[in-house]
Amino acid sequence: MYNQENCRFAKTHEWAFAEGDVAVVGISNHAQEEISDIVFVDLPKVGQKTEVGKNCCVVESVKSASEIYAPVSGEIVEVNEALNADPALVNREPHGNGWLFKIKMANPAELDNLLDFNAYQATIAK
Amino acid sequence: MDEILQHNQLSIEKSHCGRRGVQFEQTQQHASAYLPQSCLRKTAPNLPELSEFDTVRHFTRLSQLNYSLDGQFYPLGSCTMKYNPKAYDVLSVLPQFAQAHPFAPQSALQGTLRALYELQEGLKAITGLAAFTLQPAAGAHGELTGILTVRAYHESRKDFERCEVIVPDTAHGTNPATANMAGYTVVNIKSGPDGCVDLEALQATLSNKTAAVMLTVPNTVGLFEKNIRQIAELVHKAGALLYMDGANFNALIGLAKPADFGVDVMHLNLHKTFAAPHGGGGPGSGPVGAAAHVAKFLPKPFVVKENGVYKLEADRAESIGKMKAFYGNAAVCLRGLCYLKQFDATTLKTIAEKAILNANYVRAKLKGKFNAFFDTNCMHECVLSIDPHAMNGVHTSDVAKRLLDYGFYAPTIYFPLIVPEAMMIEPTETESKEMLDAFVTALEKIYDEIQTNPELVKAAPHTQCVERIDEVSAARQPNLRW
Repeated sequence: MYNQENCRFAKTHEWAFAEGDVAVVGISNHAQEEISDIVFVDLPKVGQKTEVGKNCCVVESVKSASEIYAPVSGEIVEVNEALNADPALVNREPHGNGWLFKIKMANPAELDNLLDFNAYQATIAK
Repeated sequence: MDEILQHNQLSIEKSHCGRRGVQFEQTQQHASAYLPQSCLRKTAPNLPELSEFDTVRHFTRLSQLNYSLDGQFYPLGSCTMKYNPKAYDVLSVLPQFAQAHPFAPQSALQGTLRALYELQEGLKAITGLAAFTLQPAAGAHGELTGILTVRAYHESRKDFERCEVIVPDTAHGTNPATANMAGYTVVNIKSGPDGCVDLEALQATLSNKTAAVMLTVPNTVGLFEKNIRQIAELVHKAGALLYMDGANFNALIGLAKPADFGVDVMHLNLHKTFAAPHGGGGPGSGPVGAAAHVAKFLPKPFVVKENGVYKLEADRAESIGKMKAFYGNAAVCLRGLCYLKQFDATTLKTIAEKAILNANYVRAKLKGKFNAFFDTNCMHECVLSIDPHAMNGVHTSDVAKRLLDYGFYAPTIYFPLIVPEAMMIEPTETESKEMLDAFVTALEKIYDEIQTNPELVKAAPHTQCVERIDEVSAARQPNLRW
């Protein structure tokens, strides 16, 4: 099971955790704090193909709409339907039940290009 | 007191069964007697039942709650809320204009056509561009018109490979939306540490796939693109066109002509720079101008003058066609023409200079308490950034709500997106120094409150007809019934 420490992070604040060749994707705790109260998540479609760095999801808060970029390439195989009823899950459990979608990875080696927890923490430190 | 007077009740809450305004004898009979059974509803609609006097008081009170530019300072960044002279309203609704029928013969519309023609000519003169259409009904509509014109230009050259539009992250949010709507793929580029377009990033993104670069000038952080000439050169070298979002033209009017720095297509907002009223859902106007090599693709018809006669001319084979029924929002165009006629070239220049001076005055006065995100001279608006960690946990939205208690409309907040906790202030040239000082004093007081009593600011507003509203619940569970 994933937690903050064992996820890989993109500089754009998404995290990925590999379960076999499927990556679970969400946004970091820091990201949800910055975005503030989330009111809507525009999830991608299952079956949609995406590439590293491509915008594939939008998270809306009372402040703004933020684009979410795929941390790895592949096909969306599952989305977190629970967010339709309770988008605030992303605020409460960004590294747990507030995950966004799962990608069947086209190239699992892409995970190595992402940051580990400590390196990510260093990028957001003031 | 409000509770005793039941001031904040909705009309439906003030309703009393059977209470009515004026009733005429003829209307006593129910209309339902004349309607087929299938059209009748089973239960009566839940409508407020009020006397005429209750109704007058209810709506008069609501109208008194309105906040308007004619009442107070409106420093809404990116919106150019300048004073709208009353004379323009009088002139633009003269019956000769207001009662002209769009299908009337053009010989009977010479006055209106002449006014539109002169506005086209005036906009050409201040931008240096070869042609202007007045059709677009608003700024974003102008953008779409402009980008469709760009598309027609490339297609006329059999250049079908161009599928991308480059948009810097300091552009208006409508720019990427426009490019997307016109069928292009939007490519975003990040701005440099100075808040301007990063030339290297631009160069790396330009290719033979680029149809246009959409540049907001001055950009949304209130800065002039100082490398505009090089940008235009790079864009043209790649075979693309430079589109300028001229919504912020208030900072340039009379000072610089976009044609001189290489703009191919641009739009202006008459409801901003040219002092036509805007907001409240009223009509806008977003004229689009184009340089000579692109002009023939602009929407038709144009107003032309031949042998002293004005007419709508639609004989343009390569035009993208019509963008709006008839010819734009004529009453807004008339106000724009009034503005251009009122000021000579020297005064127009003073307008831009004063707009820039006022924004920098506010920025400089607030420095040390509320700082600009980019610590440099700005154009017509300044963008401040608040760090909640250094402000006892107070966010920009709290400061904005506290400003309401001091009688000011809140500036634009959380935009542009690249500035954290942004607050965007555009005073415009029509505000006096005394008004700017009052606004600065209010913000200074709020700064002091943040130091001594941050909870007061976090719970603001305290003096409005409603206190802090629960925006999160309102967005998550919108329930508009009562």
